[in-house]
Amino acid sequence: MKDLHLDIHYVTRVEGHGNIVVNVKDGKIVEYRWEIPEAPRFFEAMVRGRRYDEAPHITSRICGICSIGHTLASVQGIEAAIGVRPSKQTLLLRKLALHGETLQSHILHVGYLVVPDLLGVNSVIPLASTHKEALLVIIRLHRLANEMSDLICGRTTHPINIAINGWTRLPTVKELQGLRQRLVDAIPDLKALVSIFQTLPMPAFERETEYLALKHPDEYAFYEGDIASTDGDITPVSQYKSKVKEFIVPYSTAKRARGNRHSLAVGALARFNNNHAQLSPLAKEAAQALGLKAVCCNPFMNNVAQVVECAHAVEDSIRIVDELLARGIKEEDRHVKVQAGTGVGGVEVPRGTLYHEYTLDEQGIITGCNLIIPTAQNHQNIEDDMGTYLPQLVDKSDEEIALKLQMLVRSYDPCISCSAH
Amino acid sequence: MKPKVAIFDFGCCEGCQLQIVNLEEDILGVLGLVDVVAWREAVTGASDDYDIALVEGSITMESEIPRLQAIREKAKVLVALGACAHLGGINCLKNYMDQDEVRRYVYGDKAKWFPSIQARPLSAVVPVDLAIPGCPVDRKELAEVIKAVALGKKPPIPNYAVCVECQRKENVCVFDKGMTCLGPVTRAGCDAICPTYGDGCIGCRGLLDDVNTQSHKQVLQDHGLTVEQVLANFRLFDGYFDVAKAP
Repeated sequence: MKDLHLDIHYVTRVEGHGNIVVNVKDGKIVEYRWEIPEAPRFFEAMVRGRRYDEAPHITSRICGICSIGHTLASVQGIEAAIGVRPSKQTLLLRKLALHGETLQSHILHVGYLVVPDLLGVNSVIPLASTHKEALLVIIRLHRLANEMSDLICGRTTHPINIAINGWTRLPTVKELQGLRQRLVDAIPDLKALVSIFQTLPMPAFERETEYLALKHPDEYAFYEGDIASTDGDITPVSQYKSKVKEFIVPYSTAKRARGNRHSLAVGALARFNNNHAQLSPLAKEAAQALGLKAVCCNPFMNNVAQVVECAHAVEDSIRIVDELLARGIKEEDRHVKVQAGTGVGGVEVPRGTLYHEYTLDEQGIITGCNLIIPTAQNHQNIEDDMGTYLPQLVDKSDEEIALKLQMLVRSYDPCISCSAH
Repeated sequence: MKPKVAIFDFGCCEGCQLQIVNLEEDILGVLGLVDVVAWREAVTGASDDYDIALVEGSITMESEIPRLQAIREKAKVLVALGACAHLGGINCLKNYMDQDEVRRYVYGDKAKWFPSIQARPLSAVVPVDLAIPGCPVDRKELAEVIKAVALGKKPPIPNYAVCVECQRKENVCVFDKGMTCLGPVTRAGCDAICPTYGDGCIGCRGLLDDVNTQSHKQVLQDHGLTVEQVLANFRLFDGYFDVAKAP
């Protein structure tokens, strides 16, 4: 019978520090852990005492990849606390900003971090000589996403002009027209990306899972909605704590969460499973071409769901730009009346649902804060997947087991430093 | 032979190393000059043999100190990548609070499981040869500095104020809009991106060499900020330094 001791310290090609620990003795699984030793930075404590309008700038620094998402969840939470509903123009531009980030983050993950596994190499660097055409497709889409974020938000990482109740700089009509053309021109690259993924088989593995994502009656929810579960229940974002229950384990500086079951999952696959009927036409075509059907319980298919969402992000961005151009861009009054209160923001960022809750005093000084990060919600599910996957792998070589477990972790696209925050 | 580069990170968001990926096609120009031998975020497999270490993040746990010291021993050139590594950055906000209370606020009765120390820049632990400022670092500057270091040249980091770049952009002065700004005392190199996008400079690139912060503190008070608010502004990124501490 087989003995195996794995201590993968740290898993590579993920954001942040995580370890996989597995012990198998005489063919019996003795222990398995998904450990997070990442340095906690205590953002919830640190924002206390700061002014309400500083919260988006400070909490943006939680994450280098999804800083636009953090900024949006933050402005939403603050606006809920002071009772402000921003204008349609503000909301449309925020949705556009979020699409830019989703595209940037998904392409970074599937293109630069996952494809090397599927092609059997250690990083994206060797692909410059072996798969140059595919790599150029990935780089072009990544560049488009970053330039879109630069245009709308000042920059991709730590956006500048997203403000409470508006924008400190609005894009011009000419800039939006230019962006529209870039988005239209990217459609052949998106189709090429789908073709690349058609040739890359995903490992077969399934485990029944509760998937949570925001749901909105009018659109495939990213910016706002209620919390929907594939178990069938719906919870308003303001009641998030009753649905997403956090807990702490000693070997992880990142907290964990569960819903109805022992664990839950959020992210692109969770959104697809809850909201697939609202995808754009090109995204639906991509899902069909790639064999993604709801409800899919194969975590590796999260990578495919990300490709599908790239198509949606581009197509829906064209729709949003058209709506903005039809309305015309107007300078708006951002002035707000500060009052004491508590508010919750909930946004679908690339890795899943992100919650920001703030309590303010009468002067608008932050007195309390709670943040629940998507990857934190996925940590228990990753570990539970390992427990189900390991018995199916136990006959393979040690190297193969180590690789498959790392690929499993990567499929969630974990943002670990963000989850420890 | 091309110099070997390794990339490491401590307490931070990893947004600065992401700017390497964000160089897009230009990354090939950088890769032509150096060999990347260790980069956990993007590459599987790592070597301990390197010349240049790019290190992101601030030090916030005791266990990180020996790890950083080991990197310092191996690297011929140690570069602090971004505000957290360079200044301690935003993580130092917690240094102004009761450290036990901070841990309890986040982890409740489990706080004892998660030790933490006062946040600090790399230079508070080991000698640092060079810093690339910013939160995040500017992509173009990052590429220029890596190229300069690889070729053994002096990297082009400016020592003039953000105001110089802001005026070049023909922006309306932030103070004239009724807001306040740290641009006059903050190192340029960002192309005044925050004022250009309608915000004030929040000082992420750190103070200029030999700058008179006292007179700028007075300017901020003259524009209506209290002494506490002035310090709070400097604490966003310069919290580790005297400029942000109560007199």
